[in-house]
Amino acid sequence: MSRYALIVSVLALATVPAASAASGPPPVGIVEASSGAGLYAANCSSCHGPGGEGILPPGRPGVGDLVGEGPSLRNVGAATVDFYLRSGYMPLANPHIQPWQSRVLLTNREIKKLVAYVSSFGHGPPIPHPDPASGSLPAGYALFTENCAGCHQVAAEGGYVTGARVPPLDGLTDVEVAEAVRTGPYVMPKFTPQAISNAQLNSIIRYVDYVQHPQDPGGWSIGRIGPVPEGLVAWLIGAALLVAFCRVVGRRARYE
Amino acid sequence: MIRASVRWLDRRTGTGPLVRSGLRYVFPDNWSFLLGEVALYAFMVLVVTGIYLVFFFQDSTATTTYHGAYGPLDGQQVSLAYQSVLDISFSVRAGLLIRQTHHWAADVFLAAIVLHLLRVFFTGAFRPPRTLTYYLGLTMLTFSLLEGYLGYSLGDDLLSGIGLAIGYGVALSVPFVGANLASLIWGGPFPGTSAFWPRIYIIHVLVLPVLIGTLLVAHLALVAARHHTQFRESSRHTERRIIGVPAFPGQAPRSLALMFAVFAVLFLLGGLVQVNPVWLWGPYHVGLSTNGAQPDWYLGWLIGALRLVPGFDVVIDRRTVIPNPFWGGVLFPGIVFGLLFLWPTLERRFTRDRASHNLLQRPRENPWRTAIGTALLAWVFLVFMAGSADRVDVLFGLDYAEQISVYRIAIWVIPLIVLLVTRRICTELQAADRVASVRRSALHSPKAGPKRGS
Amino acid sequence: MSRRRIGLLARLAKALELEPASIDEPAERGRILPEAPKEPGAELVVIVLLLLASCCAAGFIAVFADSRIPHATQFLGLSLGLAFGFLAAALVVIARCLVVTEELTHDYPPEEHQEAERELEQLFDESRERFTRRRLLVATSALTGTAMGAALLAPVVSFGPVFDLSAFVETPWFRGRRLVGDDGAPLKASAIQEADFYTAYPEGADREQLAAPLVLVRLPGSAIHLPSGRSGWAPGGILAYSKICTHAACAISLYRTPTFPAVEPGPALVCPCHYSTFDPATGGTVLFGPAGRPLPQLPLEVDSDGVLRATGNFSGPVGPSWWGIRSRKPT
Repeated sequence: MSRYALIVSVLALATVPAASAASGPPPVGIVEASSGAGLYAANCSSCHGPGGEGILPPGRPGVGDLVGEGPSLRNVGAATVDFYLRSGYMPLANPHIQPWQSRVLLTNREIKKLVAYVSSFGHGPPIPHPDPASGSLPAGYALFTENCAGCHQVAAEGGYVTGARVPPLDGLTDVEVAEAVRTGPYVMPKFTPQAISNAQLNSIIRYVDYVQHPQDPGGWSIGRIGPVPEGLVAWLIGAALLVAFCRVVGRRARYE
Repeated sequence: MIRASVRWLDRRTGTGPLVRSGLRYVFPDNWSFLLGEVALYAFMVLVVTGIYLVFFFQDSTATTTYHGAYGPLDGQQVSLAYQSVLDISFSVRAGLLIRQTHHWAADVFLAAIVLHLLRVFFTGAFRPPRTLTYYLGLTMLTFSLLEGYLGYSLGDDLLSGIGLAIGYGVALSVPFVGANLASLIWGGPFPGTSAFWPRIYIIHVLVLPVLIGTLLVAHLALVAARHHTQFRESSRHTERRIIGVPAFPGQAPRSLALMFAVFAVLFLLGGLVQVNPVWLWGPYHVGLSTNGAQPDWYLGWLIGALRLVPGFDVVIDRRTVIPNPFWGGVLFPGIVFGLLFLWPTLERRFTRDRASHNLLQRPRENPWRTAIGTALLAWVFLVFMAGSADRVDVLFGLDYAEQISVYRIAIWVIPLIVLLVTRRICTELQAADRVASVRRSALHSPKAGPKRGS
Repeated sequence: MSRRRIGLLARLAKALELEPASIDEPAERGRILPEAPKEPGAELVVIVLLLLASCCAAGFIAVFADSRIPHATQFLGLSLGLAFGFLAAALVVIARCLVVTEELTHDYPPEEHQEAERELEQLFDESRERFTRRRLLVATSALTGTAMGAALLAPVVSFGPVFDLSAFVETPWFRGRRLVGDDGAPLKASAIQEADFYTAYPEGADREQLAAPLVLVRLPGSAIHLPSGRSGWAPGGILAYSKICTHAACAISLYRTPTFPAVEPGPALVCPCHYSTFDPATGGTVLFGPAGRPLPQLPLEVDSDGVLRATGNFSGPVGPSWWGIRSRKPT
C-alpha cells in the first residue's frame, strides 16, 4: 500500500507546477493618471506610439530587455479598446507573448477614459449592445458550430490553433463576446456584420451563455471535451476500482 | 430440493460426471488471473445493454427536422440515427442510463483486456500449450477495437463523424489499393451511399458480436481444457501439479461477487458520470468540425501517431504510393499487433525453449521479455500521450509544436532507455531473490552451525 | 396464547431461519469438504447486505416509475449500481466467511495423447492408400478451392464501385456555378472582408460531399503569391479553398489571422484534427502538420451582380491522398 501512496503523492506534486503555469502572463502594473491621454501616455504609448500610430519591429528599447512594439490603434474603435482592457489582454508586458485573460488593474472609470481617448484615433466599431434574449438558441448553436467551434470547441471549452492557445469562453459578459467577434483579437478572425449579422450575433451569444451551464442529464460533466477525460475516468475510476476488487477477491502470490 | 434438481439434470442430460468435475475444477486464485473475467463480465453488460439499445436505434442517415426534447437543436436538420440517440437519451425512461452504461462498459472492457494482455504477456502465459488461446485473445482484441469504433460512430454526431472521416483517410492511405478499399467499404467516396450506415450497424450489432462471442467461447474452452497457469509459489507447485481453489464452493462466490462488482461499477458510472454527450456535439455534417475532437481512449494511440508524422506523401512519378496517414494509421498499429502476434514464435526462436509450460514466470525471471515488452508499452504510451498534446497546451501553456518536436525524438529514445533500465532492474531483482533464498535455506538447514552470538 | 399458535409461530420462525439450523449428521461416505466453524455473525452481515440490495433494487423501480423525480439518470444509476454493489459485498462475505476455501491439488492434463495421435496418423495414412495420383489430386483440389473461394467472394465487389474510381475526382463545381452561404443565399464578394472567414457551398448541389464545402478568406493583393497558372483566381484578393483537409478529410474550420502581422504568425487555415496548417497566400501550401498535399484552390470571379462564381474546377482533386490523386484532374 505504501508504494501506491508514494506514486499518488508524486503525481499530485507533479501537477502543482503545471497548474501554476496555466494562468497566463503576469498582470502588468498600471500607472495612474487623471485623463485618458495621461493613462495612454503612461501605460500604452511605449508600445503603441504617442499618437497610436503603432511601433514596428525592431521596436523601441525599454526597461530591462523589454522592447516596445505594438500595432497601430488608428480606427480600431471603442469596441476593440473596451475588449482588450476589460479582458486584461492589455496592457501586455511583452509584445511577443500571446495576450490572455488576466487580472484587470484598471478601474471602470479609467477604462472608460482610455476607451474614449483611443477611439478618438479615427473611426471604428462602437461598443456593441447585444440582446441575446432576442436571439434563437438553435440558430446560435448552429452558427457557433460553423464559425467558432473549430477554434473554441463546440462547448466553448477552448482549444488550440497552430501557434496560439484559444481561450474557453466561461466568465465573459455578452458585451465582451460581441466585441471579440467584431474585433477579432490576437489571431481570431474579425467577423463583419455581413458575415455574421447582429441578429445572428445575438443568437450566438445566447448559445455561449447557455453552454456555460448546459443541461448535463448524464451526471458529472467531466469537462465537456469528450474522450480525454472519459478515458481518464475509465482507467482511474472504473479499472482502478475493479482491480482493487480483484485484489480483495483473489490473493497475492506468496513465494516461499 | 437440490437433490431433485441434480437428479433432474443428470437424467435428462447425462452430465452428472461432467458437472462434478466442473464444480471441482481447480483455479489458482491469484488476483491477476481475474482480469480476464472482468473483461468477460463487461462484455456481458455490453451485450445486454446493447440489445436494449437496438430496440430504439434507427440506422439511417436520412435527414429529418428535429423537434424533440433537447431544445437547443429544435428545428435543425439531423439524421434519423442521431435523432434516435437523442430520443434514447432524453425521451426514453432509463434510456440515458443504459446508453451511458453501454459506453462506459466498452471503455472499461478494453481497459480490462489490456490489463489482462499485460498480465499474460509479462508472465509468459502465452507459451505452449496456450499459444492458440493467446492468438484467439489477440484476435478478439482487434475485433473489439473495431467494434468500439463503429459503436460510438453510429450516433452520427460531430465528434464521431470526424472520426469516421479520419478512418476514411486512413483507408485511402493503404498503398495502391486504398481508394478501392475505401470505395468498397463506403460504397463510393466519403460520406458514402445510404447503405453505409446499415452496413456499419449490422457489423456492430451482429457480425462482430457473434465473432467475438464465438472466439470467446473457444478461448474459455481452451483455458479450461489446458487448465489455468500458476505461479511457482512453492516447491509443491510444479509443471505437472496444479494447486488452487475448486470452482465450487470456493471460487464460485468470488467470481459471482466480481461479476456483480463489475455490474455495479458500470451502472454507477452510467448513471453518475456523463459520457459522450452527443447533444453537446451536434449532428455531423461534412463541412463542420470542432476543436479538441478525439477518438475514444483505446484509439488515442492512433491519433497520436497521425499527428506525429511529418507532412509528406511518398510520390513516384505522379503516383501517390504512400499517402501520409499510412505511417500512423496503418503501419504503426500493424507493427504493434504484428509484434504481439509474432511474439510467441520469436521468443521460442531466440530462447530455443520449445517445451510446454504450465508454470508462469515472474516478470523478473525473463529480463529480455519484460524489458522489450515494457519498452514496447512505453513506445505506444508515448505516442498515445502525444495525441493529447493540444489539450496539454490549452491547460498548461506548453507550445504544441514544441511538444510534437520533443515527442518525435522521445518516442525512440525513451523506450530504449526503458529497455535497458528494465533489464537491469530484472537482473538486480533476480540477484536479490537468489541472496534471499540462500539465506533462507542456510537458516533452515539442519546442518547449520551454532548461531552467532550465542 | 394457545398451543396451536405457539406451534405455528415456532414453525414460521424455523422456516424463516431466524435461528440458526441444527447440524445434520453427514452420510457414512467420507466428507468431501473439510469441516469449518459456523459464522452466524457473518450470516447476519450477508442478510443485511442482501436486504440493502433489495431496497436499492426496489428504489430503482420506484425512481423508474415516478417521472417527476429530477436527475432521473443519476438516481437510476445509483440505485441499480448500489443494488449490484451490495450483492457483490454479500458474496464477498460469503466467500470469505461462509464457504470453505480449500486448497486442492490436481494434475495438469497430459501434454499430448500419443496413442490417440498415432491412431489418427494411421487412420489418415490408411485412408489415403487407394489414391495413386495424390499430388495431382491435391493440386487440382487446391485449384478448385481457390476458384470456388474467388467465386464466393466475388459478390463482395458490388459493395462499392471497386474498380471505377471516377467518383473520387468528381466535384459539384463548374464554370459559372454560384457560391452560396450557409443560408443558401448567393454570396457577394463584398461580404468577405480581410480577416473574415467564410464557409460557402455550390448553389443547388448536395452539401454532404467532400468537394462541396469551401472556405473563403480575403488577403491584400500584395500578400498573395499564387503558383503559376492561377493568375486571376483571386479577384479582389478573395481566395477560395476546399474546406476538406488533404490529410484525413476533416473540415478546416480554423482561421488564424494576425492583428499585429509584424510579430504574430501569418494568416493560415488550420485543421483541428491533426493541425495541418495551410497558407492561403501561396495557394494552400502546407506550413505545419502531417498533410502531404496543398489545399486545392477554386478559381473565382465576381459577376455583374457582385456575386462570387467559380470559373472552373479545383486545382487538384479534393480530400485525402490516394494512389491517383496527383495524376487525375477533378471533373
